[in-house]
Amino acid sequence: MSQSGKPTGLFKNLSAKIAAVPMVLTALVVFVGCSVWTIVYSFTNSRLLPSTKWVGLDQYERLWGTRRWLISIENLAIYGILMLILALVLGFLLAALIDQKIRFEDGFRTIFLYPYALSFIVTGLVWQWLLNPEFGIQHAVRSLGFETFTFDPLYNTNTVLYGVLIAGLWHTSGLVMCLMLAGLRGIDEDVWKATKIDGIPAWKTYLLVVIPMMRPVFITTLVLITSAIIKLYDLVIAQTGGGPGLASEVPAKFVFDMMFVSQNLAQGFAASSMMLVAVIVVIIPWAYLEFGGKKHG
Amino acid sequence: MQPSVSIQNLKLDFGSVSVLRDLNLDIGQGEFLVLLGSSGCGKSTLLNCIAGLLEPTEGSIHIKGQNVTWAEPSDRGIGMVFQSYALYPQMTVEGNLTFGLKNAKMPKDEIARRVARAAEVLQIEPLLKRQPAALSGGQRQRVAIGRALVRDVDVFLFDEPLSNLDAKLRADLRVEIKRLHQTLENTMIYVTHDQVEAMTLADRIAIMKGGVVMQLDTPSVIYNKPANKYVADFIGSPSMNFFDTRLANPQSPKVVIAGKDVSLSGYEFTRPGFSGDVWFGIRPEHIVTGEAADAAPTQFEVRAELVEPMGAETLVWSSLAGTSLRFRVDGQMPVADGDLIRVGFDPARASIFDKAEELRV
Amino acid sequence: MADVTANMQRPSPAHASGPKPRRAFSRNNIVIYGILVVLAVYYLLPFYVMLMTSLKGLPEIRMGSIFAPPMEITFEPWVKAWSTVCTGLNCDGLSRGFWNSIKITVPSVFFSIAVASVNGYALSMWRFKGANVFFTILIIGAFIPYQVMIYPIVILLREIGLYGDLGGLVLVHTIFGMPILTLLFRNYFSSVPEELFKAARVDGARFWTIYLKIMLPMAVPIFVVAVILQTTAIWNDFLFGVIFTRPDNYPMTVQLNNIVNSVTGVKEYNVNMAATLLSGVVPLTIYFLSGKLFVRGIAAGAVKG
Repeated sequence: MSQSGKPTGLFKNLSAKIAAVPMVLTALVVFVGCSVWTIVYSFTNSRLLPSTKWVGLDQYERLWGTRRWLISIENLAIYGILMLILALVLGFLLAALIDQKIRFEDGFRTIFLYPYALSFIVTGLVWQWLLNPEFGIQHAVRSLGFETFTFDPLYNTNTVLYGVLIAGLWHTSGLVMCLMLAGLRGIDEDVWKATKIDGIPAWKTYLLVVIPMMRPVFITTLVLITSAIIKLYDLVIAQTGGGPGLASEVPAKFVFDMMFVSQNLAQGFAASSMMLVAVIVVIIPWAYLEFGGKKHG
Repeated sequence: MQPSVSIQNLKLDFGSVSVLRDLNLDIGQGEFLVLLGSSGCGKSTLLNCIAGLLEPTEGSIHIKGQNVTWAEPSDRGIGMVFQSYALYPQMTVEGNLTFGLKNAKMPKDEIARRVARAAEVLQIEPLLKRQPAALSGGQRQRVAIGRALVRDVDVFLFDEPLSNLDAKLRADLRVEIKRLHQTLENTMIYVTHDQVEAMTLADRIAIMKGGVVMQLDTPSVIYNKPANKYVADFIGSPSMNFFDTRLANPQSPKVVIAGKDVSLSGYEFTRPGFSGDVWFGIRPEHIVTGEAADAAPTQFEVRAELVEPMGAETLVWSSLAGTSLRFRVDGQMPVADGDLIRVGFDPARASIFDKAEELRV
Repeated sequence: MADVTANMQRPSPAHASGPKPRRAFSRNNIVIYGILVVLAVYYLLPFYVMLMTSLKGLPEIRMGSIFAPPMEITFEPWVKAWSTVCTGLNCDGLSRGFWNSIKITVPSVFFSIAVASVNGYALSMWRFKGANVFFTILIIGAFIPYQVMIYPIVILLREIGLYGDLGGLVLVHTIFGMPILTLLFRNYFSSVPEELFKAARVDGARFWTIYLKIMLPMAVPIFVVAVILQTTAIWNDFLFGVIFTRPDNYPMTVQLNNIVNSVTGVKEYNVNMAATLLSGVVPLTIYFLSGKLFVRGIAAGAVKG
């Protein structure tokens, strides 16, 4: 194929373009197309089937007047904030401990990370069992003689969220540890030598030198956990089913139920659009920090 | 005679940056051309354009009279050797040599014949069944050359092939490439930033800067009669000493350095009759000391400021007329910081450039 | 990414960046190991309890502590969970879900990796105009909650007749696996020396030849990482399984949830725990066998760029 003309337009690099067709379709049809479709239909009065009757912001007004949605949002906020803080603290603690030239490093790491290999369904079910007041931890402690010991978070509307949190933390903190450990190992050993020569205690070095140096790792981790938190669904389904009552409802479950159970499509669309907004609020500052700054630097 | 490779009005822009600007270059059949320049000068880009790995924005490339500007790399009749060897890691040496031939659907016996010949020329027969990972750097580069060799092409392209090797191996392989060129007599285009490689290998050197060829000539002319100040400064180590002065004409051309008249009666002018502000350049190795200095047409007394003994010779840093002056003395000659030394040079060996355009006068 | 994984894989004694080396029984050491052991108990306890519960009979569960090892080991809960426990109308146990999950996971892993690896290769080596725009959309898309896209996808799949079909679910997994896998492969292929690609082109290889003969054999480790990543993710998926399949085709996670959280009948905790463990067997096996590659997979997936 020794053509003498300059290959132009579509036929240039044709194989690569063919190979990229799935990506283009996914990006345009699914990620852009389907998201836009949902947003557009959130302004209609679709119920069992998508309808094109325009109702403006009615669905959003109704949504923010729905008790279950408000509870879901509040739950997600509480769960999310606690999860972020605790996962980062626990993950960093684990990583820092493992980074102390300990024996059995691989063993400990394996133990802390294995829950991440399990599904949220498995996680939810096993913690449902452990937190079962009749047979679980409460029962075991009581049978040791502490008759009044109470630990039944899943059966109490005020504490059910913390029960889910324990399970979520168990599942995710290993991942955070992994990322943090990578960050710690990425720090130049000379930094430690320098602070040692300066006589700075280890805890201070972590706080004032190491953690600031790990800023990118923290940001990445933050974004990852946050986007996972917003998607929180399976865990709640398996562990509590959203109960007791509405006490552990979350937005993702609200959306699912509106779309596939209550036949209230437009409410689901409006709710999922709100989830999208939440993600955008998280992603845009991050993307700006991560990619926007580099262009100037 | 038709040139082997001919480049006409070649331009390449990456966005708003022009990497090659209106480049013209004819390379003769069997010629060894070295593209020399510091990084970012466009020399590798040019080579990649010739190979067909980069598409030019404008212009054309002809190889053996055929317009190959838009042809596939494999259809151009070229072989290429890379800096990082670029051997396929999961294939044996033999697999590396035959990959291109198999892609071209060449008959098996012909493949075997070519591999045997290349292996013999490069003395890599014992390595044929080995993996690249089991080879030394020098062996890998031989295999990489072999991969170009089996293609049986007229034009060899080398992209800094010796840069990843240590100094000794580099010298050995340099000689081998030169020998290969003498044996095969095909056209070779060789990119490097190493002036020693360029001087020793090239029939002609093209010195590039900012996507433009600054000078294209034989190593001897490039060294002795650099066309402009950039080339003069780039070639030679340590680089040329430059004095900021004024060339006064008309009848007996001369410059003034440190208050002394330096007559240019022996200087071969490129632009006779020029007068004005100039850079007067003289190479450190053209500055003589001792008795030779006494015999030189121009003489100065300078004070040694810094002495760098290098064994065979000693490099002395001093200053003259407010400019730093470097020169070499014999390694056996005792020199210490602060010594007064008598130096001299022959203005005929100097290079003079006008200050406005920095071109040779 | 390369840095991160390299650091993780470095055998540490020479490097671990902790404050200072210490003697075996210093106070510091006791504190460190003390904390580690306590935390290890928190992470191990659920697994231990699952295992113990699954090996006990129901009467023993009602009487004793969940932490106590079984007085009389029985494998009946496992047998029942695998082959006879009922979900809805089917009473052939979790084995149905297991085989469904296999039927979903194997082709999903294959197609998602095939598509993404070629795509990542095209993006890193054959850059064409506009490629970066689509890639950026793809990566941003990875952060969009599935809930936003899921209903239109249901409609699309219904239109092409794949809704409720395993093929449809495979397609969905291929689509949603694409961002992370493309990123993984693009980063890997970007780290392959460009000269290798150039050499192959001079040797007359084109797009597919270079992919199959040069890049694929080089990229075996990253393919292993991708397989681990995808198998675990798809096996553990619940949301897509519940939306895009009919009850007959439910994957193991969905079936498991239906078994354990069903409101009818007597709660058989031992069977539930056996079932839970059964659905964790595949990802756990992968996890323990792959070890560092698993870590590399999540690090690659997580620490972008």
